[in-house]
Amino acid sequence: MSKNNEKYGLLINYEFCTGCHSCETACKVENKLTYGQWGIKVAKDGPRQLENGKFEFINVPIPTSLCNLCEDRVNMGKLPSCVQHCQAAVMFYGPVKELADKMSEKPLQVIFTPV
Amino acid sequence: MAYEISEYYKKHKGEAQWQDGEYTCTRTTMWSGPGCHNGCGVVYYTKNGKVEKIEGDPYNPFNLGKLCMRCINYVEAADSNDRLKWPLKRVGERGENKWERISWDEAYDIIVEKVNGIKKDYGPESIVCMEGTGRNVIWQVPYLCYAAFGSPNFTLGFLSGESCSMPRLVTEAVTEGEFTFGDYSAHFPDRYENPNWKLPEVILLWGQNAIISNPDSSLGHWIVECMKRGSKLIVVDPMLTWLAAKADIWLRVRPGTDAALAMAMNDVIIKEDLYDHAFVEKWCHGFDDFAERVATMPPERAAEICWIPKDTIVEAARLYGKAERGAGTWGVSVDMAQCGISAAQAINALWAICGNLDKPGGQSIIRYAFDQGLAYDYGIEILPPEVTAKRIGMDLPLKQFGFGATAHSDTLLKVIEAGGVPYPIKMFWFQSTNPIANMGAEAPRLYKAIKTADFNVVVDMFMTPTAVAFADLVLPCAMSSERWSQRNWWMPTASIRKVASYYEAKSDEQLILELGKRFSPELFPWKDDKEWIDWIISDQTSKMGMTFDELCDVVCQYEDFEYYKYEKGMLRPDGKPGFNTPTGKVELKLSLFEAWGLDPLPWYQEPPESPYSTPELHKKYPLVLTTGHRSWEFFHSEHRQLKLNREFHPDPMIKMNPETAAKFGVKEGDWVWVENYRGRFKQKVKYEMLHPGVVNAEHGWWFPEKEAAEPSLYGVFDSNCNNLTTMCQNGPTGYGAPYKNQLCTVYKVTEENSKIMPTEQVTRLGGFNYVQK
Ligand code: SF4
Ligand code: SF4
Ligand code: SF4
Repeated sequence: MSKNNEKYGLLINYEFCTGCHSCETACKVENKLTYGQWGIKVAKDGPRQLENGKFEFINVPIPTSLCNLCEDRVNMGKLPSCVQHCQAAVMFYGPVKELADKMSEKPLQVIFTPV
Repeated sequence: MAYEISEYYKKHKGEAQWQDGEYTCTRTTMWSGPGCHNGCGVVYYTKNGKVEKIEGDPYNPFNLGKLCMRCINYVEAADSNDRLKWPLKRVGERGENKWERISWDEAYDIIVEKVNGIKKDYGPESIVCMEGTGRNVIWQVPYLCYAAFGSPNFTLGFLSGESCSMPRLVTEAVTEGEFTFGDYSAHFPDRYENPNWKLPEVILLWGQNAIISNPDSSLGHWIVECMKRGSKLIVVDPMLTWLAAKADIWLRVRPGTDAALAMAMNDVIIKEDLYDHAFVEKWCHGFDDFAERVATMPPERAAEICWIPKDTIVEAARLYGKAERGAGTWGVSVDMAQCGISAAQAINALWAICGNLDKPGGQSIIRYAFDQGLAYDYGIEILPPEVTAKRIGMDLPLKQFGFGATAHSDTLLKVIEAGGVPYPIKMFWFQSTNPIANMGAEAPRLYKAIKTADFNVVVDMFMTPTAVAFADLVLPCAMSSERWSQRNWWMPTASIRKVASYYEAKSDEQLILELGKRFSPELFPWKDDKEWIDWIISDQTSKMGMTFDELCDVVCQYEDFEYYKYEKGMLRPDGKPGFNTPTGKVELKLSLFEAWGLDPLPWYQEPPESPYSTPELHKKYPLVLTTGHRSWEFFHSEHRQLKLNREFHPDPMIKMNPETAAKFGVKEGDWVWVENYRGRFKQKVKYEMLHPGVVNAEHGWWFPEKEAAEPSLYGVFDSNCNNLTTMCQNGPTGYGAPYKNQLCTVYKVTEENSKIMPTEQVTRLGGFNYVQK
């Protein structure tokens, strides 16, 4: 929640999430998370073949209860570490209302509001 | 635009350094441990001479603020207590891992004495210098070898057939006289926004999982950016990677048969008249002969060889051939076959006949920025011609004519095994290379060969199996944040700035310079590493018109880039339009190969061991083994000691189709022995979509957490896929080697069959011959 009480979240365009682990690593390093602890964790489905012969391979990073939306960084005017480092540039941080507008632009996206 | 820049960084736009509370923030680039071929822009946050935090630099046009997990976790690596802190001298026997701390001066004294003794008794050529890949030692170690030691024998580790990039580079050098890269807008600091750049309609990704591996000059995720903007994708890969799953066409090629596939695609494009007539008529040499040759490999035939349905080959050829703009990226898989040169030739021809060379969104012709020419031959002219002529492998045709300024590793091994004929090898200098853990094929054989040398030095950041097994001296190397250097591998020229230090570790340049001064001060006139780099920037890169300090202030500098250089007379020394080849054209039929008595047209040959070339062997070892694919966490044999990276990837994994696993009585998560008549290694099964006849094992594995002393040797041979590969099976040029196309079988690891581990077998029991019995 920001100062003006607006709800913030993360939008992820999972059509192009490559599963590169940069978000997970960035979060672990930023928040000094220990072995087995994650502020965000990539869930993977696939690769598997569909009936039409095409393949599906989906990665979606899921923020956990340890995600504080990088409050300290954001207060300094920085982006959350996962958003800044996402190699595929598929993560966005902002007020949920703005993210929802962005979400309507294309399919295969999710919004998370971890805190 | 997808790349958002935060308020914080907007505030510091254009600043190379600023203060942020107790931190000093410095913008620069990486090209070093933690290792890769890229050179991303970073911001270091330092306090008291130590890097405390690292972030991607959003204003660096190369990576636009993004980092992969190796650099994100840089601090764990740089700060690690396991790093080498000061020079070490061996006190026990080799392999016992007993060391004594000495000073740099003592280390240099020992080296000078040993080198001078070897030079006097056997000649300087008895000294071999090796480097690995990734760290920015491309020109430094060669210079040490030539200018300080006076030896012509600089090699790329024990890389069989020089089959990483060299076959592709050499092929491009004889085909169009230049190097090319898929155009993902890398030549422009404003990247995708540049008005001259156009989006590739199709991207042909050949033998590389680009998002994980480290393509030269490009970041794999640039391809993802193009996909977002609408580029179609054709992926040639035996495994269904994320990119292959997203591709319009996936060509699940049998490892080692890329030459056949590329020939067939050329054949379809020519037969269906999809090639660029105007370009071929005006700019290509030998088209008719080429067309005739590729017609011997119609898609029906390639389908059988490559294990890909004929229609899929045809479809892929059409998609690429019809595209207005096609960009291509290729990986080491192209090189890693006996006919690697041929595969490279046929793929290169595809780009050319479709008119994609130097076209926006096509295949850009690219040189080192500002024409800097420092590479493996830096300093070679210092050697007298009679010494250069002694370089190992000079009888190979391409070496004779100056293509590839390196000694030939396979021939080197033969020289050692022949007991030193024509001359003995007495000393190895290993800088940033760990050949028995990685890179060297047939690692157990190398172990024996390297042990025969009298004196070995290892320069690295951590103690490695190579250091424990062979070194008499181990010298600690600085990491990226601890060195002044520059990166000029294609575009742009980038500075690497020193912001920290670690005990007595020195940069590659610093230690080479200090040592070089003791041999030939006139050839090492620079005061320190920074002055050396400054000299290079002003001398080699004079067109740029900057000092090194100025380059550090701007971080990286781009050269103006022009497309269609061949039309503008920008490629040939005589300034005429055309390509820098004997005919002035792109040579579909290689006139240089013809002159050297080599087949000038692409050809296909079965891998030396395969279901078809060695059917008896295939009965016993029914699976095709491919090795060496990359993982997010590691760069070759690096990073195994980092907790965070190992949390993601604790064990070596062999990828198998679930069907294959079932057939061999194993399942996901099982440890299996992978074996052929050369040896065996163990890895853990992971299910992936591969052809049921193919398995895919990881490389570079050793276990820093295990005992260092022999016979354990960090378990370096236990999970080593190079127990099964082989040296000395190269193509007629000396290039190309079957790292990715061997045969093997697989069985479950049990207590019973694991009493003697491979490392003990190699270090104590004389090798793997028992497997043959
Ligand atoms: S926003 Fe910050 S805390 Fe949340 S997942 Fe990303 S890096 Fe972790
Ligand atoms: S960093 Fe981006 S691309 Fe990589 S796994 Fe996370 S969301 Fe996906
Ligand atoms: S290790 Fe990764 S982040 Fe670092 S320079 Fe290489 S590609 Fe860039």
